[in-house]
Amino acid sequence: MTVQTWTFLIVGLTFALYIGIAIWARAGSTHEFYVAGGGVHPVANGLATAADWMSAASFLSMAGIISFAGYDGSVYLMGWTGGYVLLALLLAPYLRKFGKFTVPDFIGDRYYSNTARSVAVVCAIVISFTYVAGQMRGVGLVFSRFLEVEIDTGVYIGTAIVFFYAIMGGMKGITYTQVAQYCVLIFAFMVPAIFISLNMTGHFLPQLGFIGEVSDGSGVALLDKLDGLHRDLGFAEYTSGQKSTIDVFAITFALMVGTAGLPHVIVRFFTVPKVKDARISAGWALLFIAILYTTAPAIAAFARTNLIDTIHNQPYAEIPEWFTKWETTGLIAWTDKNADGIITYGPGLASNPGVTNELYIDNDIMVLANPEIAGLPNWVIALVAAGGLAAALSTAAGLLLVISTALSRDLMKMQIKPSMSDREELWWARGGAAGAVVVAAYFGIHPPGFVAATVALAFGLAAASFFPAIVLGIFDKRMNREGAVAGMVVGILLMFGYMAVYKLGWFVAEVPPASSWWFGISPEGFGTVAMLVNFAVSLVVSRLTTPPPQAVQDIVEDIRIPRGAGEAHLH
Amino acid sequence: MPSPPPHPTSQDRRTAYWRENLRYLVILLSIWFVVSYGFGILLAEPLNHYRIGGARLGFWFAQQGSIYVFVVLIFVYVWLMNRLDGKYGFGE
Repeated sequence: MTVQTWTFLIVGLTFALYIGIAIWARAGSTHEFYVAGGGVHPVANGLATAADWMSAASFLSMAGIISFAGYDGSVYLMGWTGGYVLLALLLAPYLRKFGKFTVPDFIGDRYYSNTARSVAVVCAIVISFTYVAGQMRGVGLVFSRFLEVEIDTGVYIGTAIVFFYAIMGGMKGITYTQVAQYCVLIFAFMVPAIFISLNMTGHFLPQLGFIGEVSDGSGVALLDKLDGLHRDLGFAEYTSGQKSTIDVFAITFALMVGTAGLPHVIVRFFTVPKVKDARISAGWALLFIAILYTTAPAIAAFARTNLIDTIHNQPYAEIPEWFTKWETTGLIAWTDKNADGIITYGPGLASNPGVTNELYIDNDIMVLANPEIAGLPNWVIALVAAGGLAAALSTAAGLLLVISTALSRDLMKMQIKPSMSDREELWWARGGAAGAVVVAAYFGIHPPGFVAATVALAFGLAAASFFPAIVLGIFDKRMNREGAVAGMVVGILLMFGYMAVYKLGWFVAEVPPASSWWFGISPEGFGTVAMLVNFAVSLVVSRLTTPPPQAVQDIVEDIRIPRGAGEAHLH
Repeated sequence: MPSPPPHPTSQDRRTAYWRENLRYLVILLSIWFVVSYGFGILLAEPLNHYRIGGARLGFWFAQQGSIYVFVVLIFVYVWLMNRLDGKYGFGE
């Protein structure tokens, strides 16, 4: 069978599975729509959280980014896993004990203020929309690359699928489709990785191949070979960093804290029955995420070594077939600058006439073309397509639910129309999800030019707003409304202002150079600074204003003790 | 410090429980910090003189080791907290 047939078959089967699950797991109440009835098994929640978390970027782009960045790529590996430790230890169990449905719920109740609730709603919506646009685009890209349809058509198909199961099943439908999607995506990620590891190092586990020796009998460690290739071609060593230590530190920290503050991740821990389950399901989630996140750097190193070996200094006429195939998609491109018919690879942009490098390679090709580079059967290639779609759809659905909940509950039920019935609220939730899917599809088809900047902004905003407000709400009983609101507002404005000037070049003639960054910290890492400022402002302002009312202090006492979470969520 | 009364009040038990919880958090988060920001970033350069298999140690901590430790940390936390809940009778 051809790749095309296999892809239609496997993608079709997985989509049928997702729709089947959606029909089986329809939501009958807001309690089911928002938090799956609070009855999800911790392991299932771990699987769902892992799928929720790992987006098209984790699946398709991350290994490629690390492949080109080497050591500097570590910021993503540590940043996007270490946040789960913070989540498990500082947030998840307490928010589960608090026992409501959303992050703005907690902020609004803990800080006895609809202003605080509204600030949280705006943050949740901005963060989720910036994120979801990228996912819908990812769905379109996978479709266009594997099924040779227009990107826009791919976005429409993806939108229709998400529309169906997110609106019917709410959190309940999303949870069980995410469990299935995790299985699809991890299988699709691991199969090529294991094959390539066996090929290059003789180790079954990519994690061992990563620290193993290349299997050409030379006894040279894979990473040493790669460092050597890099030196020969004029690149910096793969295992040494280029970024400044303070920036690596700040980016990693902003990503970790941002991860812990992302509303679509936090809300997953409201779906388990007990506090105990919230703790352990964070452990399962990180374990399932770690399988992919420890494999990705191995793929990155394998693919990088393989690429340089097979392409550099090779006559174009003898180049393997996959190269020409991916050339047509524009993901890889070669210009014979010195007209010798031989591909020369090296540092610098090929489009710059001053450099000898003749090759342009897109990040995404490392995962997409891996099965072909390793000569794997057609069904594996189809599997990668299904895995990429699973990763994008699961994340999109989780984000859309946050947006719909923010509209139906945090805005309508809690602020505009408190008297509405559960049934009516459920219709608002479904309507909100429908509206959000349509807006997300629009962004997928007309991606805003600053998508790359906005993903960093999503993490920065989560770090600068939610994380301090929630942590202080739990660990500092004296924290009051004035402190939290002041901290969130200052944190967000600072983050947004820095991003606007130093990343997007707004308000200034041109984007300022890296040498003018505050403390040498890039916009990606600035969330760390904004978070610290939020903490400082909150603490100072709260100490200068009146303490929170006794009832609120009692809430804080209550969420610190696990007993009684079962009753709390029925309120 | 006076010895604790034979039948501590519920408020005392809550305070003691919370203190022990905070102590666990400080210890576990210190390890979290050391393996990632310490071994993986600040000390990566000197650690790169050592090796684990074919990888330089600082680099390995940044791309592999820290993640393994993170997973273990959460499961240790779960175990400690379940034990603590049982000790104070705050479990569910």
